[in-house]
Amino acid sequence: MSLLQIANLRRAFYGLEVLRGVDMTVQAGGITGLIGPNGAGKTTLFNVVSGLVPPDAGSIRFDGREISGLAPDAVSRAGLVRTFQVARGFPKLSVFQHLMLYGRDQPGETLWQAIVGTRAARQREAELAERAWETARFLRLDELIDNPATALSGGQKKLLEIGRALMAAPRLVLLDEPTAGVNPTLQNEIGERLLELPKRGITVLLIEHDMGFIAQLCNPVIVMAEGQVLTEGTFDSVRADHRVREAYLGRRAA
Amino acid sequence: MLNYLLFIATIGSIYGLLALSLNLIWGGTGMVNLGLAGFFAVGAYASALTTTTGHMPILAGWVLALIVGGAAGLVVVLSTTRLREDYLAIVTLGFAEVVRLVASNEIWLTRGTDGISGIPGPWRVALGREYFNAVYLPILLVVLLLVYWLMRRIDGSPYGRALRAIREDAQVAQVAGKPVLRFKAQAFALSAAIAGLAGALYGHFTSYIAPDLFLPLITVYIFLAVASGGVGSPAGALVGAYLLIALLESARFFVELIPAVTAVQRAALKELLIAVALILVLRLMPKGLLPERIPRAPLVGGKP
Repeated sequence: MSLLQIANLRRAFYGLEVLRGVDMTVQAGGITGLIGPNGAGKTTLFNVVSGLVPPDAGSIRFDGREISGLAPDAVSRAGLVRTFQVARGFPKLSVFQHLMLYGRDQPGETLWQAIVGTRAARQREAELAERAWETARFLRLDELIDNPATALSGGQKKLLEIGRALMAAPRLVLLDEPTAGVNPTLQNEIGERLLELPKRGITVLLIEHDMGFIAQLCNPVIVMAEGQVLTEGTFDSVRADHRVREAYLGRRAA
Repeated sequence: MLNYLLFIATIGSIYGLLALSLNLIWGGTGMVNLGLAGFFAVGAYASALTTTTGHMPILAGWVLALIVGGAAGLVVVLSTTRLREDYLAIVTLGFAEVVRLVASNEIWLTRGTDGISGIPGPWRVALGREYFNAVYLPILLVVLLLVYWLMRRIDGSPYGRALRAIREDAQVAQVAGKPVLRFKAQAFALSAAIAGLAGALYGHFTSYIAPDLFLPLITVYIFLAVASGGVGSPAGALVGAYLLIALLESARFFVELIPAVTAVQRAALKELLIAVALILVLRLMPKGLLPERIPRAPLVGGKP
C-alpha cells in the first residue's frame, strides 16, 4: 500500500526551481532511502511535505488524504513527523520533556484542563510518562533523562530525535540525515534503533549521505537530482545505474 | 510608619501581579511584551469608569478589567501573528503609547490628563484612611495568591510544557504537532487580563488614575523585577517584584543620608543606586534569585 504519494511537486525560490516536478511514492512499512548529490532538493522536499514551505504546484497525498498546504502542526497531527538535518530541539527542556511533548492527544494541553487538572489529563500524563521512560531506556538515554538538551552530545541529540518520533507514533517519519556528524560506533547504534521503527508500524523515509548506512538499512532507495526523481530501486541496482553516477560525478567523469 | 509600610507592601503586591503576568508571556512563552503598562492602564480605566461613571459595584469593575484586558491582549496578539521578537516588542510598545494618548485626549470618556478621581475603594469611607490600607492589603494578597496558584498550575502542566517548547523553538513545536498560534493567543490574552486586573486593583487603592501614571517606565521596572527574580519562574517573579519595590523605597531613605547634595542630585543618585543594585544581582546571580528549574521526570512503576 502506498502511504505517501507525491505528484508533480514544484517549488522555486527567487526564480530558482529547486523542486521541478517531483513524482514519488513511498510504500507503507520499511525504510526507504532518499539520496542524491548536494542541491538535489532533498531537504526542500522534506520542508514542503512537512508543511514548513508551501509548494508552488503539485499534490501530496498522505494516507489517502491531500496534505499539501496544511500547516506543519496539522501535518504532524495527521501522522507525519520529521526531524532536522542539524538536530533541533528545545535547548532548556529535558530529555523527558522532549519525549513527553511528542505524545499525541494530551487533554492537559488545553488551558482549562491544565488548571483544573482533570482525571483524563492526569491519566494520559501517567501513560505517556511510562512510555517516555521505556523510550529513553530503549535508546539508552535513561541516565540522561533529566538533562537539558544542550547537555547532550551530537549523537545523543540524534538518538533523542528518534525517540521523539517513537513517542509521536506517526505513520511516517522523515529523517533528515540521522547520522550526520556522528562517530561510527554511535552510527551503528542509531542504525540498529532505526530498524525498530518499522516493527512498530512506523514507515521511515530518510535522507543520508553515508552509502554504507544506506546499503545496510534502506530498501528501496530513491535517487534525486536537480529537483527531480532520477530513479528508484534496490541499493545495488541504483548503484549500477550510470545516470546516478553521472548525477554524482558529472557527465564527463562518468 | 505602619501605614507607609502597608502602602509599600500594597504597591509591591500590584507589581507582583504585573510580574506574574509578564513572566507568563515572556518567561513562559518567550514573547516580549513591552506594552505591559498599556494593559495595566486599560484595566485601571475599565474598572474606574465602571465604578464611577457607571455606578457599578467594585467587584464588577474588577471582573470587567479582566475581560477588557484580556480582549485588548487578544486584539494585539492576533494583529501581530506574523511578527516575532523585536517586531512584536515594538508593536506592543506602540500599543501602550496609544492607550496613554487615547486616555489623554478622549476627554469625554477618560477626563483627559485631569485623570479620574474619587474611585471607590472597598469600605474606604467606613474605615477611614488609617484602616483602609490594612484591609485592602489582605484582599490584594488573596488575589495575588490565587493568580500565583494559577501560574504554578499552568507551569507544571502539559500546557506549560508546550508553551516552553514554543519559547525555545516555535517551528519545532509546530512540527511536534502543537497549534502554536492557539497557545500564543491564549497565553497572551491571559497575561494581558492579569495586567488589567492589576490596573483595576491599583486604581481602587489610590482612588486616582491619570495617563501619566502609566508611563513605559513601569514596564521597564517589571522586566527588571522578572529578570532579577528569575525568568520563567513564578516564585522568582514575585520575589523580584518585592525586591524591586524594596530597592526603590530604601534608595529614597539612603540618599537622604548623603550630605551636601541638592534635591536634583539626590534624585539622580537614587536612580543610580537602584541601577547598581540590580546590576549586582544579575552579575552575582545571572539566572536570577530563583531561577527556572527543569522538573525531574516522575518515577514510573517503581523503576528508576
